[in-house]
Amino acid sequence: MSATAESHEHAHAHHHEKESFVSKYIFSQDHKMISKQFLVTAVFMGIIAMMLSIFFRLQLAWPGESFEILNFFLGDKWAPDGVLDRNMYLSLVTLHGTIMVFFVLTGGLSGTFSNLLIPLQIGARDMASGMLNMLSYWFFFVSSVIMVASLFVETGAAGGGWTIYPPLSALPQAMPSSGLGMTLWLISMAIFIASSLLGSLNYIVTILNLRTKGMKMTRLPLTIWAFFITAILGVLSFPVLFAAVLLLIMDRSMGTSFYLSDIYIGSEALDPVGGSPILYEHLFWFLGHPEVYIVLLPALGITSEIIATNARKPIFGYRAMIGSILAIGFLSFIVWGHHMFLSGMNPFLGSVFVFTTLLIAIPSAVKAFNYITTIWKGNVIFTPGMLFSIGLVSTFVTGGLTGIILADSALDITIHDTYFVVAHFHIVMGLSAIFGMFAGVYHWFPKMFGRMMNTKLGYAHFWLTIIGGYGVFFPMHFVGMAGAPRRYYQYTDYAMFDGVADLNVLITGFAIMAAAAQGIFLFNFFYSAFKGQRAVQNPWKSNTLEWTTPVEHIHGNWEGALPEVHRWPYDYSKDGWDEDFVPQTVPLRSDEEEH
Amino acid sequence: MEKLLLVLVVVLAVIGIAQLAKVYQLSSELGKKREEDISPTSNKVNGNLLVLFMVGLFAFFIWHLVKYNGEMLPVAASEHGVKIDRLLNFNWAIIFTVFFIVNFLLFYFARKYQYNPNRKAYYLAHNNTLELIWTVIPSIVLAVIIIWGLRTWNQITEEPGDDAIVIELYSKQFDWTARYAGEDNKLGYANFTMITGQNPLGVITNEGIDAKIEELSDEITKTRARLANEILPDSKVEELEDRIGMRGRQKARVMNFKKSDKDFDVANDDKIVKGEFHIPVNKPVNFQIRSRDVIHSAYMPHFRAQMNAVPGMNTQFTFTPTITTDSMRMVLDDPNFNYILLCNKVCGSAHFNMQMNIVVESEEDYKKWLSEQKTFVAPEEETEEVEESEPEAMATDDETN
Repeated sequence: MSATAESHEHAHAHHHEKESFVSKYIFSQDHKMISKQFLVTAVFMGIIAMMLSIFFRLQLAWPGESFEILNFFLGDKWAPDGVLDRNMYLSLVTLHGTIMVFFVLTGGLSGTFSNLLIPLQIGARDMASGMLNMLSYWFFFVSSVIMVASLFVETGAAGGGWTIYPPLSALPQAMPSSGLGMTLWLISMAIFIASSLLGSLNYIVTILNLRTKGMKMTRLPLTIWAFFITAILGVLSFPVLFAAVLLLIMDRSMGTSFYLSDIYIGSEALDPVGGSPILYEHLFWFLGHPEVYIVLLPALGITSEIIATNARKPIFGYRAMIGSILAIGFLSFIVWGHHMFLSGMNPFLGSVFVFTTLLIAIPSAVKAFNYITTIWKGNVIFTPGMLFSIGLVSTFVTGGLTGIILADSALDITIHDTYFVVAHFHIVMGLSAIFGMFAGVYHWFPKMFGRMMNTKLGYAHFWLTIIGGYGVFFPMHFVGMAGAPRRYYQYTDYAMFDGVADLNVLITGFAIMAAAAQGIFLFNFFYSAFKGQRAVQNPWKSNTLEWTTPVEHIHGNWEGALPEVHRWPYDYSKDGWDEDFVPQTVPLRSDEEEH
Repeated sequence: MEKLLLVLVVVLAVIGIAQLAKVYQLSSELGKKREEDISPTSNKVNGNLLVLFMVGLFAFFIWHLVKYNGEMLPVAASEHGVKIDRLLNFNWAIIFTVFFIVNFLLFYFARKYQYNPNRKAYYLAHNNTLELIWTVIPSIVLAVIIIWGLRTWNQITEEPGDDAIVIELYSKQFDWTARYAGEDNKLGYANFTMITGQNPLGVITNEGIDAKIEELSDEITKTRARLANEILPDSKVEELEDRIGMRGRQKARVMNFKKSDKDFDVANDDKIVKGEFHIPVNKPVNFQIRSRDVIHSAYMPHFRAQMNAVPGMNTQFTFTPTITTDSMRMVLDDPNFNYILLCNKVCGSAHFNMQMNIVVESEEDYKKWLSEQKTFVAPEEETEEVEESEPEAMATDDETN
């Protein structure tokens, strides 16, 4: 381990001399810069995905009404007279989901914080491979550009939902947006997967090999444990999506029939026989479900760190927290079938997935209770990061609970694919993960930019976001319990949904408010990056190693030798110490027990 | 008007940003306070807000329960639906309890233990008893949920008995067709190759096989002749050759039906209906679900029934309706109420309006209604009716002839 670190040091000394603008800011191989690149790209992707959602929310609240803003952004083709086109509606829904899940909450969240924190918190000079790391970002960037570009295709961006089930996604005859728009979607995702794999491999190798002296696996901050398991999930599951995407490309362009069979469309019986769309569903959800935890685990890791720091108290049940991350990670691979109870899959197989899915509730419950116990008898400081972390625990619990219903195949029959599902996953993984991301940004902003974000604006952002977030997704449970299916352009053709029509207006109202509130964040983010108050070295009085590096970024992270670790990262308010924190670099006293 | 609003929004946004900058500057200049030093006032305000938010969230929840209770799906109209609802209510009881308790503890503790410089947090790294408790209790609760849930699921998905009335639900972009199995309660065989304007479900009949073979042979001969006699651009030649290959494969498929020993006559008493279908109350109905083009999903929310329609395979769902349409209208005090079948898997631009009415009635009324429907092999009038709803398919068929 130390030998690698040494040779790294030499390599970096070299680097220092010949740093041009391009190698520093654009094709940078420094993990801190790459982390910022990921974050800024994700922020832009987030803005786009959020705008898309506002567009279709307008249609859902006031179906068929004319909105000049739609015409302004989408043009005469997709919003003639300001009324949203039906195909465009589906494209908006699809791209909103795709961008949020993959580009903001996977690429953005993992890319930003794994890159920033892994080397800094384990005491490494940089990632194991700076080159792969740089490639990972640029693949991500290219795939982002392609995905956004697909919005401008004449036949429309992909519109079969973010799960792009064939045959709908395979046949341009089935919907116009399954033409070029879908091709771009598939290409973009293939590149994205490459990016994700390069990143994940790097994270795993770095964590295993480049930990500094004394940084045992059982002394790692929970952030690193979360990123570690997330990376493993990514490496094991993304290739399966890659296979699914490749087979779909072949079905679309080369006349194969992996997913297609017995189709009569456009007044013609098509050739393919013997394929099965169910195969695609299996492949997709084999990634799709671990993906939920790829999104969620980093957020939970970030939260663990921030809650412990700001409660001035050790995270409760450190080993149980690691155990539950491992359990969630393992179980996430054997639950994918709960997305397919009604796909025509054998009902007995469904039973197996009910069992494994509900098991996930146990480690999840452990995590939630451990967070609350950490706050109990703590000394809680409400920084914006801490507030978002508390918000995360709340949404994780609220959203997780409705999962118990959806995991039960018998109950799923009634509410499968209704707004109830939309409510569930937006709260448990959308809100939770984005709260985790915001918490991370507020907490590590000083580490990233050497400046502080404005706290008052942070508060305003938090309160409007949590009110808006719950305001948007809470009522959706009720829309779903009324039986309203998701991905409907309008509900006016059904008398049975008239009763919940005003809820749709309420939801859109909250959505607009929550979106506007993000303006506060954007302002705070960009303004503070340039004009914010200069940060001190360890603003939150935290124990972890990243706060022992200088405020100004330097290549190699630490000026002198790498720090040595003597204790776990959660010695907050430990008896026998005057300060309420003891950094990991402080040696144990002769009479002190580790924890 | 709208332009004005838009301008207003932009102006407000600009003012907002200017104000933000001002707040920003002011707050950072005020006493040169460090951003990371959270004042006791800030802490107190946020602690109080957390509890206030919690109360608001609970109130929001209860408001929904009270105001929208009547708008949720009404009482289940099928035998198994009642079981599902019972299980659901049990789940709700657990979920409500945990939702209130856990959110309360979270927000309450956060406020109660807010920062106090004179106090030190309680250094508590772990406690095995506590951790064991909240591993074991959820496990027990989940065990009950799992066992109850799986028993219900097994009952619902049991293979139907012979007495179940067989009805096919056939989906395509963007409508449903129901096919009744007739006297023999056996659906005629079907294959997508057999689909024509007159035979939208692709039901296989002996006459149909011969006609199809003739039609395909005809087209192949004609296309061959065209290739031999006309001078065509390369791309067209390729296209025609492809088509010959494709028609040849289709012909082979149809020839295979001819060789098979299946009895295609069971199709003769099948009845095809659109727009609305009827089922008798208190009789199990076995729905055979198929799709012609993309994945759809047959969703009948009032009966707590749903199953995907997947091209290339048959899926099924069986339930016993227990409340007639008339009774439900009385229960809901809504004379216009109808049971409906919706599509619940995104299937294209008109996915949102792919519905069919369901009428549940007494067995006599059902039999009477069914006897008025035409059988599959009463072609004349049937054809016309189908023709109307299938103008596109007809047009192209004419072209190929």
